Amino acid sequence: MTEFPPPADARAAEATEDVLAQIALSRREYELACQMLGRAPSDVELGMIGALWSEHCGYKHSRPLFHHFPTEDERILTTLGEENAGAIDIGGGWVAVMKIESHNHPSAIEPYEGAATGVGGIVRDIFAMGAQPIALLDSLRFGPLEDRRNRRLCVGVVAGIGGYGNCLGIPTVGGELVIGDSYSGNPLVNAMCLGIAPRGALISATAGPPGTQLMIVGADTGRDGLHGATFASVELDESSAERRPAVQVGNPFLEKSLMDACVGLVRDHRDWLEGLQDCGAAGITSSTVEMAERANAGIRIQTQHVPRRESGMTPYEVMLSESQERMIAAVKPDHVADVQAWFEHWDLHAEVIGEVTDDGIARVLDGDLEVAAAPVSVMTNPPAYEPFAERDADAASRSEWDPSSLTDLEPSAANDALLRLLASPNIASKRWVYRQYDHMVGTNTVVTPGSDAAVLRVRGLKQGLAVCTDGPGRAVELDPYAGAARAVAEAARNVACSGARPVAVTDCLNFANPERAPIYYQLSESIRGMSDACRAFHTPVVSGNASLYNESEDGPVTPTPVVGMLGVISDVRQAVRMAFRDEGDEVWLLGGELDQNASTLGGSEYLAVLHGKSAGPIDVDLEAEAALVDTLVAGAEAGVLKSAHDCSDGGLAVALAESAMAGAVGVDVELGDVQRLDATLFGEAGARAVVSVEPEDAARLVGFAARFDLPAARIGVVGGDRIVVRGIDLPVSEAAAAWESALPALLDG
Amino acid sequence: MRFAVLVFPGTWSDWDCVYALEDLGQTAERIWHRESSLDEYDGIILPGGFSYGDHLRCGAIARFSPVMSALERFAATGKPIFGSCNGFQILCEAGLLPGVLLRNASLQFRCQPQELSVERADTGFTSACEAGQLVQLPISHGEGQYFAPPAVLDELEDAGRVLFRYSGDNPNGSLRDIAGIVNPMGNVLGMMPHPERASDALLGGTDGNYIWRSMIERWG
Repeated sequence: MTEFPPPADARAAEATEDVLAQIALSRREYELACQMLGRAPSDVELGMIGALWSEHCGYKHSRPLFHHFPTEDERILTTLGEENAGAIDIGGGWVAVMKIESHNHPSAIEPYEGAATGVGGIVRDIFAMGAQPIALLDSLRFGPLEDRRNRRLCVGVVAGIGGYGNCLGIPTVGGELVIGDSYSGNPLVNAMCLGIAPRGALISATAGPPGTQLMIVGADTGRDGLHGATFASVELDESSAERRPAVQVGNPFLEKSLMDACVGLVRDHRDWLEGLQDCGAAGITSSTVEMAERANAGIRIQTQHVPRRESGMTPYEVMLSESQERMIAAVKPDHVADVQAWFEHWDLHAEVIGEVTDDGIARVLDGDLEVAAAPVSVMTNPPAYEPFAERDADAASRSEWDPSSLTDLEPSAANDALLRLLASPNIASKRWVYRQYDHMVGTNTVVTPGSDAAVLRVRGLKQGLAVCTDGPGRAVELDPYAGAARAVAEAARNVACSGARPVAVTDCLNFANPERAPIYYQLSESIRGMSDACRAFHTPVVSGNASLYNESEDGPVTPTPVVGMLGVISDVRQAVRMAFRDEGDEVWLLGGELDQNASTLGGSEYLAVLHGKSAGPIDVDLEAEAALVDTLVAGAEAGVLKSAHDCSDGGLAVALAESAMAGAVGVDVELGDVQRLDATLFGEAGARAVVSVEPEDAARLVGFAARFDLPAARIGVVGGDRIVVRGIDLPVSEAAAAWESALPALLDG
Repeated sequence: MRFAVLVFPGTWSDWDCVYALEDLGQTAERIWHRESSLDEYDGIILPGGFSYGDHLRCGAIARFSPVMSALERFAATGKPIFGSCNGFQILCEAGLLPGVLLRNASLQFRCQPQELSVERADTGFTSACEAGQLVQLPISHGEGQYFAPPAVLDELEDAGRVLFRYSGDNPNGSLRDIAGIVNPMGNVLGMMPHPERASDALLGGTDGNYIWRSMIERWG
């Protein structure tokens, strides 16, 4: 066994239960670290190992599953997990960069700052690569809003996202708001950022060769956010509020200057740099050690040179602080002064805090004292676990429940059912949320929030980008494999409805404690389901984040893998929206049959809202989903589609109503004879979309569908001012009133 | 025309304004707030954003930037200065326009399309419009509630210095629905809405071009 010499001036840390609990390291993991070092770690080393081995940084339970993901094709320019975000060639000499990340636990404790710093972190991941961030999306989940606690979290999180994102001048263009019982006390706050850069202009998160100078730039370092990575890796309990110091406080103004300076530096003076990295979870520790790992090198950090905002900070605190708005630049020795001068323009100070070495050791100095000297390879090789997996018996039995045991909906009750669904917060208009976000700054937002996907143009490029997020937790709970595959399918459908070809996925895996068999089953099956779906759409996973231990005293959260999908539209001027447009346009249902059987009610919003049930089978047909995507893209590229909207939450009737409300025009649909009215109107069979076309274009639409073997049926016509579908007969304005007033009624006042 | 688009730390509509003007065949240059001369330009744009993070008060720190004394001299020449959103807030803080912008009455940020009525069409900023015309310009602000003492409001209205008012729902509680005002000389306009976001049909509207075209016609 190799024994690595201990740091010259520090004794071995006392590894008491309290000390290990604070860094969420198990006794066995501590012993493993001792074995790998050939000695006991010093306290700074132990803190660094604890942070880097935390679930948040080390992906101990999710990493062994990542091999399922497809991660490569000719467009993908990065290797999964190697950089701050994933990069995709979008053509025309441009590259898109994207990533999604969670900030669940901080938001549970301090909603405004927790959500705000979540935005700050994901934006830094994008500009750390030298890309210009151009859009944000936020995928949010809370407990029922009738509860004051959940309302406070929701209002605070939305304000925090707006407060930070608006100040940066990056439009927040999309996302989700989902309400479910299990998210009480443990909300999910996932932020996604999309950036662009000219091809060949990205920079890596590497440390460079020995002698490279490591500079910190941005905020001074304080004690805020200490043990944040650890905090993200344990369950929430009644003592969590005491962890408030683990939540960082954001300064978006500083981040805006930092972003402008870094993007400009990489654009104009990439040759001054070896690499660029943001200080996220585990602060200077993770950023510098991970950079060293990528360069196969060591580092020496002088903590006395780190600018601080508090006096008396120990080297341990300096190394583990999660103060926001900091970046690490690996700078060629000859250009240290140039880099300093560059940042001065924005009133930012860049300081050399260390350098790259050739011995593979991460050394930390406190003045003349050496307090850590552990190999980079030990710190960056946490153990990986594959616990026992077993399907939860309750979820399994609920998924076997047969919805045909329900009495079918009477036509006379259909109006009321639609109105109740439109007023359900999961379906209701999200305008209350997105009007608090600047979604237009940058003047690139071609399709604004409220449609299936947001569409952005890239100035000077013919192609456009479509982005969305989807995470159908209820379906995943009932059937993790099919539900997670459905998450990918829904996201692909959403970008395809805007006319975009899906090209890549970023994912945020929000699960509870994976050390328990049912949770690990959810996690592993979800990853398998997502992987198969990503293969079906040729959309590799390019980046992501795992957020485990999402549990409160009320229990685990619904398993919620959130998929962020990027699509490319071949001509942005042909972007399609969900709104019906002109009287007389024909309404077509693409994919699936009009007449649906009861099984499609499984896991539906209809069952949840009208019957208080989360049960039934979850199906997914990836071949049909891929055919639908092909048909939608072909129809959009030919300029045939005047509107397109997928059938998801609330099924066909809600899709029709949403297209009608968005266009402020009625629709008249003929159902014919159906076996089950409830399933036909509100069932959530996948692989379906409602589109409208000019009557003379109908034949071309049929041709596209036939080419991809997709059923297509003319089901009605746009016109009038009422939504009319067997049993449903409502003025559009009445539907819109229910749909638009639901969230304000819950959240205002 | 040759425009200077002023950029303070935290400004973010600078490029949007540059593109909107360039699309109309004008020259527009981003000018960092440390510049001390603006003599060579024909018009100045103060874009939106959060200069200095809105610390202390919107626009309160930006008004002390070196470029601001050049801006005051520029205003006295009669050449046009246009401030939108944070630019309007800065013009008020600097005393080039009266009044202040308070937190929205809803206490929430608002980003949405907004209908405005054009109060006068015989000014350098509105000559491409008709009096009473309704235009659609997006708003995006948390502190856009225009406030001034009644005597100042009366004076503004009597002198015909209110050029734009919110039509329909007042989105921020501005007194007398005021959305945009000019100085007594008529060459400094401040407004909360964003015409640069309505200058491209691809983004759903071009009503912002009325303002740019008017300025070019009058001062170009």
